[in-house]
Order: sequence, then structure tokens, then C-alpha cells
Amino acid sequence: MGEAFLLKVEKLSKAFGGVHAVVNVSFQLAPGKVLGIIGPNGSGKTTLVNVITGFIHPQSGRIYFKDKDITGLQPHKIANLGLTRTFQVMRPYHSLSAFKNIIVPLNSPRVKKTRAGRLGDKDAVAIDILEDIGFERDTRVPFKTAGSLPLGYLKRLELARCIALKPEVIICDEVFSGLSMSEITSLIPLLERLQMDGIALIMIEHRLRELFRLANRVMVMNFGQKIAEGPPGVVMSDPAVKEAYMGKEKSP
Amino acid sequence: MRKKRLDRGVRARTEGIYALTSWSEMGYLIFPRGVLIVGLLVLPIFLDLYGQRVLCAACIYALLALGFDFLAGYVGVVCLGGSLFIGSGGYIAGLLNSHFGWPALVTIPLATVGGALFSTLILIPCLRLRGIYFAIISFMFPLFAVYIIIALNIFGGTEGISALDTLPNSWVELYLIIPILLIALFALRRLVNEDMGLILRGIKDNDQAVKASGIDITLYRTKAVFTAALIGCFGGAYLSHLYGWLGISLFAMDFSILPIAATAMGGMGTLAGPVLGALILTPLSEALRGFGQLRVVLYCLILIGFLVYKPEGFLSYLQRKYEQSEHWEEV
Repeated sequence: MGEAFLLKVEKLSKAFGGVHAVVNVSFQLAPGKVLGIIGPNGSGKTTLVNVITGFIHPQSGRIYFKDKDITGLQPHKIANLGLTRTFQVMRPYHSLSAFKNIIVPLNSPRVKKTRAGRLGDKDAVAIDILEDIGFERDTRVPFKTAGSLPLGYLKRLELARCIALKPEVIICDEVFSGLSMSEITSLIPLLERLQMDGIALIMIEHRLRELFRLANRVMVMNFGQKIAEGPPGVVMSDPAVKEAYMGKEKSP
Repeated sequence: MRKKRLDRGVRARTEGIYALTSWSEMGYLIFPRGVLIVGLLVLPIFLDLYGQRVLCAACIYALLALGFDFLAGYVGVVCLGGSLFIGSGGYIAGLLNSHFGWPALVTIPLATVGGALFSTLILIPCLRLRGIYFAIISFMFPLFAVYIIIALNIFGGTEGISALDTLPNSWVELYLIIPILLIALFALRRLVNEDMGLILRGIKDNDQAVKASGIDITLYRTKAVFTAALIGCFGGAYLSHLYGWLGISLFAMDFSILPIAATAMGGMGTLAGPVLGALILTPLSEALRGFGQLRVVLYCLILIGFLVYKPEGFLSYLQRKYEQSEHWEEV
């Protein structure tokens, strides 16, 4: 199938008992592109991420990353291939200081291999990464314990932990949720820069206006199924999407 | 009246390179460590033979408490395998000595590594379990071992094997285990701040996030259990050569339970606290031997007292006193 697609998901399904969380979802992600995934609450977006990144095993369907079948691989192996994710409910190492949080991914086999062990001072590298992501260098913030950081920094920390792995794909699970407008507007250039660095993004979002600024394509999910996919403007005028968000139009 | 608490700024001024800025800062750092090191090394001189034996036992319990605290406080694995470590280390050392006649100098290192490998291997399948489930499983293995030894009547059965080589004299006994205890303590304190320790603490805080960072958590958990097992198995190998005897009481529950009490007393996640806790609890339980079964009651009372009134443990309490000054003032 060539190098055209970085990530290819084919007919993925996962049910928890009688709840069909993900049903027959297929999509493709090209290198360096941004794919938005939207959908009402409980439509299976996070489950889809969990299945792709190996935290949950799918019941059927296959996932290909760079032409390699990664279905059913363990999460850490998938992360080492360069497919990383953030968590919707942030998972910092709350007893460690912020920059020590970044030391953990810097010890992964992927970083050791790609940077050939010439990382030098890991603390300095970690602080550099944090500065890139918006932690002010000359303050105490990177040295504070992660448990005491406010929400905005924790979201950045989640992203920083992915960036430390030098990934090819980052799946952002609702990075904007819970942030103030000014925090969101300062995050957007950062995500744009990641895209310019050639990292493909999958963004799960409820903030549509901001998402549409970034995304090349948008996929809409409802009740575990993909109901539409296409460029942002086109997707929102799709009747099925309108129905999922607004309800059915009453026939006159 | 209210209590006023002032930070002496010790911690801030002695962090990293700043500790080297003056003698007094270095003194602040060296003093508590020096008291422990010198105190432990000098203590045997003032003890009679009985006291020295108690100190040896206390050091073994301190090693176990150290391993327990390392796993529970820094890796999030509650491991009640203390008696498993003592048992496997002790049996391997004892059997090598009685069957092949190898001296303690050879059997203790072999049993330390061999016992640690053995106990880690049988604990690996359970490492997927978390919290209380792992605790229960690790508690079952020693019982399991005891009944296998009794039922199959192997390794001396219920009577055990006696007349093993003992260590030459009480000075060798003491000055073997005390430096090892100190080295283990300071090595672990170092380890938890190195990269590996950071990963382990990450696993304790959030194992899913560590997986997402591309790190195999089972591998790191295994390494951590092996580290704790090394420390515990040394204690076991040493113990069988200390008494010149091995038997099923090496798998006694005391070795799993006392470390928990010592950790509760000294403070979880401090490493030095559990060592001090074991060094206090073991002589105490010896002193109360005259009370027979009643000493368990007293023992429990001490434990409850600490858990209710000083849940952070006495080491954290002492540390706070050292770093902050408190006094009452009029409002």
C-alpha cells in the first residue's frame, strides 16, 4: 500500500459486554497531517484511542502503522514505534517534579536508539523540552512537583511527555478541554509547530472552532460508528452530523 | 497561643551543589548521616554477647524492612515476601554448605544471587497483580514452601539441617552485616533518585502513563523485586550461617510482618526510617520475650499508636524538627 499512509485503521470493533463502543471504524492518516475526531460524549472516541495505542485489545479489525501490523501489540512497544498519546484525564507522576516527569520517556528504548545514547545531561534536555512547550525557563515552574501544577501546565506536561519520545504521531485526547480561552490560544501555535516539524496529529476535541483551525480532515463518530469524514467545512453540513449534534429536523 | 513554625532553610540551602557552599551547610547534611553510620559501627563495642546477637538479628530485619519500603514506597508493589527471601537465601546457603562443604565466603554470595533469582522468578507471574493481590500472593509462597518441605521430607524436613559452618567470631558476624546494611541503605537512597528510580516512582504514581512513554513496566517491576530480593536473600544466607542451622522457621511469618511494623513506625518511603524502626523493634520484641504471647499485644499497641498518632512515621517527624523550628507564641 506504499508510504502514503502513516497510520491505517481497518474495520476496528470493540464491545464491552453489550455496549458497542467502537463499531467497524476505518480511517487513514497521512504523514504530517492533522485529523480531528469529534462526536458527542460516549461516542467511543477515547476507546478508539485506547485500542489504537494498545491499551485495549480490539475484537476485530487491524491497525497498521508504517505498513507494520501493530494490532494487539503492548502499549510500550507501540509507543516505541513512534505512535504516542496523551491522556484525557491527565496522568502526571505527581510526586516527581515537572522536569523529572520528562526523564521517564527519555529513558525509553526509542530515545536511546534514535539519539544513539548521546543525550548528554538528561535534566537539561528535559528542561529544554519543557521550555519548548511553554514552561518558563527562568522560573521555579519546571522544578515544582507535578502534583502542585495547575491544569494548563499539566496538559502541556502530557504533550511534553509525548514530544520527548520524538514521535511520528501524537494522539491528543482532548487537550483543550478545561482550559481557558487564553490558554487555548497559546496552545494552538504549539500544535501548529509540531505539525510543521512533520508530526502527524490526531486530535479528539469538543472545541470545534479551534479544531477546525488546525485539522486537515475531520472524522465524526456517534454510537461507536464513523458517520462522516471529510474536510472540516464539508463535514459539518452533513445531515447525519447535524442529527448527531442537534437532533433530527422536524419534518414540516 | 498558637504554634509558630519557621523553616530553617536547611533543605533549600543543601540541595544539590549549594550544599558545598559552606562548612555549616555540609555539616547539616553530614550530621544525621554521620550519627547513623558512626552509631551503628560503634554500638557493638558496648554490647555483651547477647546484645550483639540481637543486633545481628535487628540488622537482618532492617535489611528486610529496607526492601519492603523500597518496593512499597517507591515502586507501589506491596511485597510480603520477606520470609520467602530469607527462606530461599538461607536454604541455598545452608544446602551448599552441608552438601558440598563450601565455606560461608562462597555460599553467602551464591545464595544471595541464587535466592534472589529464584524468588524473583516465582514472583514474576504475579507481578501483573497490583496492591493487595500481590501482597496476598507473596505471602502465600513461604507457606507453600514450608508444606512442600514437610510433605516431601526434603532438605532435612521439619528438623532442618544443623552443624553448618558458622562465622569465625562475633566481630566478623557484626562487621559483615552492619556495613552491608549501610551500603544497601545508601545505595537504595541513591537509586531512587537515579533514572531507574524515577521510572519506578513513575510506575507507582501512574503505570499507564509509563507504558505510554514506551517503557516496559513489567521489566522494571521485575528489576525492582530482584533488587529487594537480593537484599533479603543476603539476610537469609547470613542468618543460616549465623546460627549454623537451617529449618522451616526460616520461612516464619515474622520475616514478612516485622518489616511492615518497622516501616509503619519509621515512615513509609523514607528508607532510613524502616531501618531505624527495625533496629528499635527487634530489641524491643527481645526484651518482651519474658511476657510470652502477651508481647504480641504490646507490639500491636505500639503499632496502633504510631499509625494513629504519627502516621508519617518518626523519621519524617524528626526530619521536620531538624528542618523547622517550632515555638508557641501569644496571639
